[in-house]
Amino acid sequence: MSKPKFAMYWSGSCGGCEIAVINIHEKILDVDANFDIAFWPVAMDAKVKDVEALEDEEILLCLWNGSIRNEENEHMAHLMRKKSKLLVSFGSCATEGCIPGLGNLFPVAELIDTAYTTLTTDNPDNIRPQTVTQVPEGEITIPAMKDRVHTLAQVVDVDYFMPGCPPESHQIAAVIDLVIEVLQGKAELPPKGAVIGAGHSTVCEECPRQRNLKAIKAFRRIQDVAPLDPELCILEQGVPCNGPATRSGCKARCPSVGAQCIGCYGPAEGVVDYGARLITAFASVIDSKDPEEIEQILDGIPDPAGQFYRFNLADSLFQAGAPAFKKNEV
Amino acid sequence: MSEQFEPVIICFTCNWCSYRAADLAGTARMHYAPNVRLVRLMCSGRLDPTFIMKALSGGADGVLITGCHPGECHYIEQNYKAQSRWLLLRRVLKGLGIAPERVKLTWTSASEGTKLTKEINSFVEEIRDQGPLAWHKNLQQEKQETSQHNPKQAPVEVTV
Repeated sequence: MSKPKFAMYWSGSCGGCEIAVINIHEKILDVDANFDIAFWPVAMDAKVKDVEALEDEEILLCLWNGSIRNEENEHMAHLMRKKSKLLVSFGSCATEGCIPGLGNLFPVAELIDTAYTTLTTDNPDNIRPQTVTQVPEGEITIPAMKDRVHTLAQVVDVDYFMPGCPPESHQIAAVIDLVIEVLQGKAELPPKGAVIGAGHSTVCEECPRQRNLKAIKAFRRIQDVAPLDPELCILEQGVPCNGPATRSGCKARCPSVGAQCIGCYGPAEGVVDYGARLITAFASVIDSKDPEEIEQILDGIPDPAGQFYRFNLADSLFQAGAPAFKKNEV
Repeated sequence: MSEQFEPVIICFTCNWCSYRAADLAGTARMHYAPNVRLVRLMCSGRLDPTFIMKALSGGADGVLITGCHPGECHYIEQNYKAQSRWLLLRRVLKGLGIAPERVKLTWTSASEGTKLTKEINSFVEEIRDQGPLAWHKNLQQEKQETSQHNPKQAPVEVTV
């Protein structure tokens, strides 16, 4: 009996998810023992035409990491959806836009300008990439950037979501174990649309730090708090920590070692808008009733949109900043 | 002549003060702009910023938050929480390129029907000057452009 097929594809992402998969160490042998790897551009040489040649839904499990940044990403998302039985939105980029999603704060033209004109870019002729270029051999094309970043689920139907930037390796291993157990008939798949490989609560719940009634008079950057109390809640010490709204599952890795949570596991269960939940959390700890003083305290968060939507902008209620919508451009 | 822009305003009211002020305005037959849709909450402190974002991203052009005067909250001090959230939300909206003036906070006691109607009327004019937010339209148009291929609705089953 032939083994079921496995695929992993990347789009607008950094490649960290791939490394997280490799970080499951010898468990990767279980993947190989139970699956036939059909398509995984980072790890093996297979072409898109090989995927196109497959029957629909012939791939059993496809882990998709990366946001939908350009037309090629979108085309591949539709293709992998068609060819896969289970499509998993793997990692923060695919699930909520992640860092590429912050591009949604600007028009595409401005992003390209920034990328090709900064001081460190060697581009004396001020060249910009063109979607179509004529060369002696004929016409060559590259995919066009979309107006804004979409999450995978905004473009195609997704079966499961696996958050994290990147997903923790122990969580990936657990998910792979589960899928193998399902194949062997020892377990059942979670309901469609479920978040897998993560907890159901917040990072605060896993955080070992001491929590008291919070009342803070100033927000400060973590490097300006010296020394950081190793036992006490980081938010209580005035450092913006995204733990209260962020999904658990990482074993509170950052706060445990003295760094604030930046929210890479996305919104906790039941949170509709990640940023809104953080606004509630942060505003509630401010120890002042005077609007002017509150404004002063809030000055300690220099980039609120970036603080609250670092990973989640593309999947938030607004999905983007106003400049990303062309029609709003003046 | 082009038609006048009629903004959609969502106004969150507190059960103990501003909702009663609106009631008073109604009983006293005071007029206020019909652009506003009132939503009653038990307290302005119940106002999750999610509600405001949902309103703005779903078609509203402006949101008016009303609550008891400072020191008069039925639940002791929850209106102060609403104030802090509002101030922080404004900064986030600004970061997203949305005019923070689209969300306004005003204190109205149960006896201030006149004040509430004035606030509503002036806010409607302010938002009229701002023009449409059109966030809902932006998102909808993109949805149509991003066509949905091969929607898979059937429950997932795996057999080998």
